Amino acid sequence: MDLISKAPTGPIETRWDRHRFSLKLVNPANKRKHTILVVGSGLAGASAAASLAELGYQVQCFCFQDSPRRAHSIAAQGGINAAKNYHNDGDSIYRLFYDTVKGGDFRSRESNVYRLAQISVAIIDQCVAQGVPFAREYSGYLDNRSFGGAQVSRTFYARGQTGQQLLLGAYQALERQVGAGAVAMFPRTEMLDLIVIDGKARGIVARNLITGKIASHLGDAVVLGTGGYGNVYYLSTNAKGSNATAIWRAHKRGALFANPCFTQIHPTCIPVSGHYQSKLTLMSESLRNDGRVWVPLHKGDRRPPSKIPDDERDYYLERRYPSFGNLVPRDVASRNAKAVCDEGRGVGETSLAVYLDFRDAIARLGPHVIHERYGNLFDMYQRITGEDPYSVPMRIYPAIHYTMGGLWVDYNLMSNVPGLYVIGEANFSDHGANRLGASALMQGLADGYFVLPNTIGDYLAANPLEPVDRNNAAVRDAEAGVARFTRRLLEANGTRSVDSFHRELGQIMWDYCGMSRTAGSLERALSKIPELRDEYWRDVRVVGSGEELNQSLEKAGRVADFFELAELISTDALQRNESCGGHFREEYQTPDGEAARDDENYSYVAAWEFRGVGQMSELHKEPLVFDYVHPTYRSYK
Amino acid sequence: MRLLLHIWRQRNAQEKGRTIRYLAADVNPDMSFLEMLDVLNESLIAKGEEPVAFDHDCREGICGTCGFMINGVAHGPLRGTTLCQLHMRHFHDGEELYLEPWRARAFPVVRDLVVDRSAFDRLISAGGFISASTGSAPDGNAILVPKENAEQAMDAAACIGCGACVAMCPNASASLFMGAKISHLGLLPQGQPERLERVLAMVAQSNEERFGGCTNIGECEAVCPKQIKLDVIARMHRDFLRAGWRRRAF
Repeated sequence: MDLISKAPTGPIETRWDRHRFSLKLVNPANKRKHTILVVGSGLAGASAAASLAELGYQVQCFCFQDSPRRAHSIAAQGGINAAKNYHNDGDSIYRLFYDTVKGGDFRSRESNVYRLAQISVAIIDQCVAQGVPFAREYSGYLDNRSFGGAQVSRTFYARGQTGQQLLLGAYQALERQVGAGAVAMFPRTEMLDLIVIDGKARGIVARNLITGKIASHLGDAVVLGTGGYGNVYYLSTNAKGSNATAIWRAHKRGALFANPCFTQIHPTCIPVSGHYQSKLTLMSESLRNDGRVWVPLHKGDRRPPSKIPDDERDYYLERRYPSFGNLVPRDVASRNAKAVCDEGRGVGETSLAVYLDFRDAIARLGPHVIHERYGNLFDMYQRITGEDPYSVPMRIYPAIHYTMGGLWVDYNLMSNVPGLYVIGEANFSDHGANRLGASALMQGLADGYFVLPNTIGDYLAANPLEPVDRNNAAVRDAEAGVARFTRRLLEANGTRSVDSFHRELGQIMWDYCGMSRTAGSLERALSKIPELRDEYWRDVRVVGSGEELNQSLEKAGRVADFFELAELISTDALQRNESCGGHFREEYQTPDGEAARDDENYSYVAAWEFRGVGQMSELHKEPLVFDYVHPTYRSYK
Repeated sequence: MRLLLHIWRQRNAQEKGRTIRYLAADVNPDMSFLEMLDVLNESLIAKGEEPVAFDHDCREGICGTCGFMINGVAHGPLRGTTLCQLHMRHFHDGEELYLEPWRARAFPVVRDLVVDRSAFDRLISAGGFISASTGSAPDGNAILVPKENAEQAMDAAACIGCGACVAMCPNASASLFMGAKISHLGLLPQGQPERLERVLAMVAQSNEERFGGCTNIGECEAVCPKQIKLDVIARMHRDFLRAGWRRRAF
């Protein structure tokens, strides 16, 4: 299979413009004849659904939550990047592009990333116009901060709730179109299969989560904005409901899955407290702007932090990376936290934590400034741990946070299945092997507001699509398949709960395919996952029926998909014999312990084709070309 | 510690519900309230009984999905805190707790502790937005927003749409929810052109959904996990009156 990225060539500054001009357009009067199904209502899905409806398309939008406003984009705290250079500090579209390609450890497409940096500017304008209450200076101008390893101030924010405010902006735009009759909204509806007819994506099969009714929804194109798959690890910063089912079932229908092993571990999360733990909570990495990360210098030092004098503290990030210090990118910060804990210098009850200390910042700026900057985060920390971070340093530990991998898409954001588009975290396209802070919101909104509405018309204008008959064999087959799958879960009637399996799968993934990986650990994962999957289908217990609200049944289907995806993640990690970004293979590191990339052999996108459950997937490679940012060793020293 | 739970069980919107007693043993003080229910549900599944249905998602206090009454108080005893952020260290051994779903005519019960809050979406759909189609925006700094306005707008915009205000209000009024949106958008220059239309449309929709009116009781403010102030309701009422005069003038 040839992977045609359709990425333009030539001068990078004009690639998107030239490409847009080359795309076919749908006549305004014809747009209402096309129905587009948008699955997911987060930043990507809601912004796409609203923008497509504004253009005149008939849109149907689906989400499993009770309202589109609940999507997990809402939990993003820190901010959104844009190359506005409002601070006159040397920022530019080119610099944001450069930082993103380099931060992604040279595993992303230059054309996509440049376009993302260009569009970043328009996103801020759009969101301000919608009433997003971004932070302002006293003059009334927009405020910015430096964030997550950037040396310029390009991050726009709304307190620690930027994701919430951006999502509410997109949600309100979406609800405006619902009110206008241009979008039909289907909340509490979960996509369970993709309908492919004559090789083209023509609809989805979805389950109404309240009545249990399984029904098909048909249209001319399907857009998946269903987020990432971090919950394969069970404990992550994702919402409990976040899942890979939509993209995984599309994968099983032929869509290639790209770079699944590129998973991001966020360095600043609240550590695990007990076996009942249901999720991990992120503390925005903006905290690293003022907090200093340290562990005791000596192993097994169990004194309370206030009793450890400065010369017996190891501010290891400042020591190892003098120029970036506490602001090194996420992958570097996470690996270093694991390394000091592995040395036995971790803190707290479990010794799986490091300190994030605000003592010096409070002394320098006063508690009121720290309160103004991080008040809500400090409150959240205190609510969860019962400790006051104004007087005791926070304890943090890395946790799975974001997945750079996802369904393979071309420059138009279309997968290899014609008519199937994938946007936001669900696709693989812009972050390479590591995402920079404040870039996820940017990408989700770029895809939904500005890229997809421009590119989808090219497909619709070029492909005459006959209406699909509900009795088409492909439609009936997909519906029957979903019903069979649901029945099988309910009839397994075993002894163990879905959560107990999910927790065990997550532990395997964290231990053997987590923050650092080896060929040996991955092989172990690949032998354990299928065993546990077989046991799952034999011994899972789902109480209740399929004809009602049944939260265990919903989870059971998602976990079944996580089992299959976990195997693919491990397979991908095993074939990538290099370390890059979030993928750290212990065999491949520099003498001082940094990730060692192998550009000669692995400068490609690994796109996997599904070959059956338990069968080896087939690897296709899209070579990556760097015309502008030449791969260098990423140094933050 | 051990807790005695009385939990509202109701199969669906049509059937009648009732309270059933459960014992939650081995409750760890560091658990969140929802994690305590997770553990209870695991034990029910092990016995082949149907787990208690409750809504939840982010478990970080921001998505607004979770929420039910604990001993008659929306989101339980801790102020400014959603259920998912309420930890068991705030309860004591042997305590007896009554868990019930939000109760309001506009929020029908779906199952157990799960209710249908789609009326909130319809309120937003009626007018809780600024009509700015994609692509039409001027530069972000073209229209300045005084910091104080931006801060006040953000205070109101912090609403997570959980519905606690409605559940706690004796009138089942959605005034705090609507007032928050009307204040958020009405405090910003971008929200001015549609300001009066917005309040009329949202109030009309609220009546249609059969939410009650506001009689300044203040229960909503007391239980709001984002501590949104009654001021937003005053602002909504002012806008509503002004919109009424404006309409009469034409």
